[in-house]
Amino acid sequence: MTIFLQLLTTGIVVGMVYALAALGFVLIYKASRVINMAQGYFLALGAFGALAIAQVTHLPFVLAVVASLLGSLVLGGIVERLLLRPMIGEPVIGVIMVTIGLAALLRGGILLAWGAGNFGFPQLLPEAPLTLGPLVVSPVHLGALGLSLAFLGVFAAFFRATTLGVAMRAVADDQQAAQSLGVSVPQILAASWAIAAMVAAVAGVVVGSLNGLNADALSFIGLKVFPAVILGGLDSVPGAVVGGVAIGVLENMAGGYLDPLVGGGTKEVAPFVALVLVLMLRPYGLFGTVEIERV
Amino acid sequence: MRRLTFSECGDYKTRYAQEAALFPNDVGRLALGVLLIVWFLIVPAVAGPYLLTVANLTGIAVIGATGLNLLTGYTGQITMGHGAFMGVGAYTAAVLAARVHLPFWIAVPLAGLATAGVGAFFGIPSLRLKGLYLAIATLAAQFILEYAFLHWDWLTRGTSGYLVPPARLGVWSLRGERPFFWLIGASVVLITWLHLNLLRTRMGRAFVAIRDNDRAAASIGIHLFGYKLLAFFLSAFMVGVAGALYAYYTGVVVPGKFTLDLSIDYLAMGIVGGLGTVLGPFYGAAVITVIPEALRALSQALSAVFPDLAAALNALRDVVFGAVIVAFLIFQPEGLADRWRVVRAYFKLWPYTY
Repeated sequence: MTIFLQLLTTGIVVGMVYALAALGFVLIYKASRVINMAQGYFLALGAFGALAIAQVTHLPFVLAVVASLLGSLVLGGIVERLLLRPMIGEPVIGVIMVTIGLAALLRGGILLAWGAGNFGFPQLLPEAPLTLGPLVVSPVHLGALGLSLAFLGVFAAFFRATTLGVAMRAVADDQQAAQSLGVSVPQILAASWAIAAMVAAVAGVVVGSLNGLNADALSFIGLKVFPAVILGGLDSVPGAVVGGVAIGVLENMAGGYLDPLVGGGTKEVAPFVALVLVLMLRPYGLFGTVEIERV
Repeated sequence: MRRLTFSECGDYKTRYAQEAALFPNDVGRLALGVLLIVWFLIVPAVAGPYLLTVANLTGIAVIGATGLNLLTGYTGQITMGHGAFMGVGAYTAAVLAARVHLPFWIAVPLAGLATAGVGAFFGIPSLRLKGLYLAIATLAAQFILEYAFLHWDWLTRGTSGYLVPPARLGVWSLRGERPFFWLIGASVVLITWLHLNLLRTRMGRAFVAIRDNDRAAASIGIHLFGYKLLAFFLSAFMVGVAGALYAYYTGVVVPGKFTLDLSIDYLAMGIVGGLGTVLGPFYGAAVITVIPEALRALSQALSAVFPDLAAALNALRDVVFGAVIVAFLIFQPEGLADRWRVVRAYFKLWPYTY
């Protein structure tokens, strides 16, 4: 039972990270029907950016993180303007490939700047684990959970209360209708990429403080986003959160219970098996819009 | 002897048979003949082992890219799993050669068939999914197959992989670059011939109809599911053959080769060469295979000035690869095959263009 609870809590913490990454992904998909294969590299760039800023400017680490998030915001906007805008109206394969090209560019950039080694963030929270009843939780995990929840709350408020947030929801709902009410669709698309890159950077910082920094490990989270968003529904923000947490719990449970039976690797493959099953049984996920084709 | 016909200045076709002809005039036929003679007789005589290696890797990539082109370019089904499908071909060939001791010329087609079966299985979701969703489903196929390569130990031998015994054709043992140059060249010719003629059949036209508008295709009586599965089957067959040839050519099969990066390489070949063209896979495979080789040569040439360049080779490869994909998508979305068509159209009336 203790093992179960332990796996569950780790799963929820990891799942929160997936939820953040998936949130950015869904934001882009809702606004522009683009799936972003480079999401993982936005994560990596946010984390590595914070590290580099802290090392170069000797700012306090928290300020370095804030600076890195702002940098991601700008980068997301630039990416939309330079790479995605020319692709409006192109076939699906082209739009997927342009984000794959972006992923290769970002990966090359990260490898050029930092190499493939492992790095670590400075310790902010004490290392000694806390004991909560039967559970042993490290403060870093709690901090990660808190940070993820805080940002999810901020985004929920942003979409409900601010003009930009409401305009983004309007564009996601119906581009033409939003346009006719005076919303600038190109600006909203740029904003959705900017915000998606920033949320991903938050997730990157959280993962960096949990597991340390490694370009490949961070970018792989960008691929774990797919099971999360398919399970939640590609165009549902609450679905992204639920799906992210569910996939995090699923992979930890699979890793904990199945790995001893089949000999390793189930943690990586279980989310994708779930993905195939969901696609076969319920392609629009738990909360996604059911698309009906009419001739 | 009949008189040779050359490129005409306009469209003067009077019969449908002329439209369907593979070569509209004798220029293409002659050029192809010359090219084949140069490629099979002169190139192996003058090229060194390094150039032959690059040519062989390109040839294998052409076969795989042709498979992808049939599925993505002509049938419009996006696949992100062709790297793993190639792995299925390579592993099947390795198992058949190293364990069952089947001869080379049986193992390669069997590997193609096994891959085709796996491909058709992972094509089943295409019944309900299309576009983005299908891309994601094939991405999942990639990861599931990668898991199988690594962890299905009794079949794939995990990380240690297989040593493939040398290929034998009758009394000849195929070893070294030159025999494989002919073998891979012949396979490329055969696969391209199949590809080209397949597209002129009822089946090929059904594929194109599904790509252009699947609902319209269904409404004129094309069985969508059957033809989509068939496209997955044929496409995976080709990439499986490429994998089997790769297994025999390199002599080792390990899981690290058949990753998502390879799938992305194949997609990039499609984009760079031009999806939905017969010659596109040739251009795409050549460009994507030559990029890392050219970068390596460049870094060696510049090693006196920038000694760090060799260490950053992988990163540079990523940067150049990404830049090439993005540049093609934005400036030349129809690929090199379209550029070649434009150049030919320009010279059709040259120098009397109006």
